[in-house]
Amino acid sequence: MSVLEIVVRTVSALAAFLVLPLLVGQTEHKVMAHMQGRLGPMYAGGFHGWAQLVADGVKFVQKEDITPRAADRWVFRLAPAVALVPYLLAIAAIPVMPGVAAAPVPASAVLVLAVVGIGILGTLMAGWASANKYALVGAMRAAAQLLSYELPMVLAVASVCIAAGTLSLDTIVGAWHWWWLGWQLPGAVVFLVGAVAELQRPPFDMPVADSEIVFGPYTEYTGLRFAFFLLSEYAGIVVMSLLFAVLYLGGWHGPFADQVGWLWTALKGFVVAVVVIWLRVAWPRLREDQLQRLAWLVLVPLAVAQLVLTGVVVVVHP
Amino acid sequence: MSGYVVFGATVLAGVLLFLAAMVARRLLAPRAVTASGTTTYESGVDPIGSGWAQVRVRYVVFAFLYVIFAVDAVYLFPWALVLREEHLGPVSLVEIGVFVGILLVGLAHAARRGLLRWL
Repeated sequence: MSVLEIVVRTVSALAAFLVLPLLVGQTEHKVMAHMQGRLGPMYAGGFHGWAQLVADGVKFVQKEDITPRAADRWVFRLAPAVALVPYLLAIAAIPVMPGVAAAPVPASAVLVLAVVGIGILGTLMAGWASANKYALVGAMRAAAQLLSYELPMVLAVASVCIAAGTLSLDTIVGAWHWWWLGWQLPGAVVFLVGAVAELQRPPFDMPVADSEIVFGPYTEYTGLRFAFFLLSEYAGIVVMSLLFAVLYLGGWHGPFADQVGWLWTALKGFVVAVVVIWLRVAWPRLREDQLQRLAWLVLVPLAVAQLVLTGVVVVVHP
Repeated sequence: MSGYVVFGATVLAGVLLFLAAMVARRLLAPRAVTASGTTTYESGVDPIGSGWAQVRVRYVVFAFLYVIFAVDAVYLFPWALVLREEHLGPVSLVEIGVFVGILLVGLAHAARRGLLRWL
């Protein structure tokens, strides 16, 4: 691989990382607004407020950056980067066409799970280093929630890997058949619920519950660092949606897959992203104990049942 | 292998992105450090005590459970690669079944004893 190719691949991953979260964010503005009988942003950029998030970015970069006196200075200042960069890496490793990913690595399914796990550290660093009571309570909740939901999600991904007999996302999509939609359905539900919880989005937004603990771990953040946490949430939606599309919806499978396979991957991912937004509008926040019960008494057993089902089917009908 | 080179370059790009954004902020954002501006935020009133508060680490049980099941997950991924081998498939399926079964019994026990409540 030449230096030029490495640069082109890196820049394309970076471009996707900077554009797709904004698309999802604008979709959320508009979809949520219309579901609630509002118009959403209409002014910025002229046409239906398309430039609203760009304007938000310009605003954030001009805001004062405050590090509280009591904060653990360097951990506090580094946390947004730790939260944000892993999602860039995950986007780079997700394939959109056969053999087409920015960073084509062999065990991409495991790699994506691993880097997404690092992103969670950013939240914990932010909550702990802020030396703020709201932030500490939020970080406690975040730690418990992220631990509990990471597990069923990993088990659900393991089930797909077993079904395909590979750890590479590329080969998983290659092995995908339409009847996997039914076969892997319990795992898909577990993955979607786990993903929304990992992103700390409603109905699983207990760690940042604004009516109780201001904004949880992010309470003390201002300006661009705060914006980075928001951006990482939307980048997270992009990663989880694309991952869902690739693992469960067959990625680029569809009519004319040879020519427009990437479009199918993107479309399926977009539909999942809209579902994630829809969940935010439709569901009230879960209480902390309900959250834990759901993870350990529903999702984990369901994920294990899916594993057994997958294993038996693979052995009986290899 | 070359995939990992791109992966490394992407790590670098991410770090550069963060640094560039911070430089832009330095150039554009105002700086007016005041004593009241850097106090800990407590909904507008003066903060009481420090950020160090006695908290019960409620999630410690979940953390233990997580570690146990995470070890389980570590064994599942390599298993995905060998399950289709003829002499290994059915035997390994039974073995994994026993392994996961023991974990599930443990989880049921923890639930029965009320350890999974957030109190």
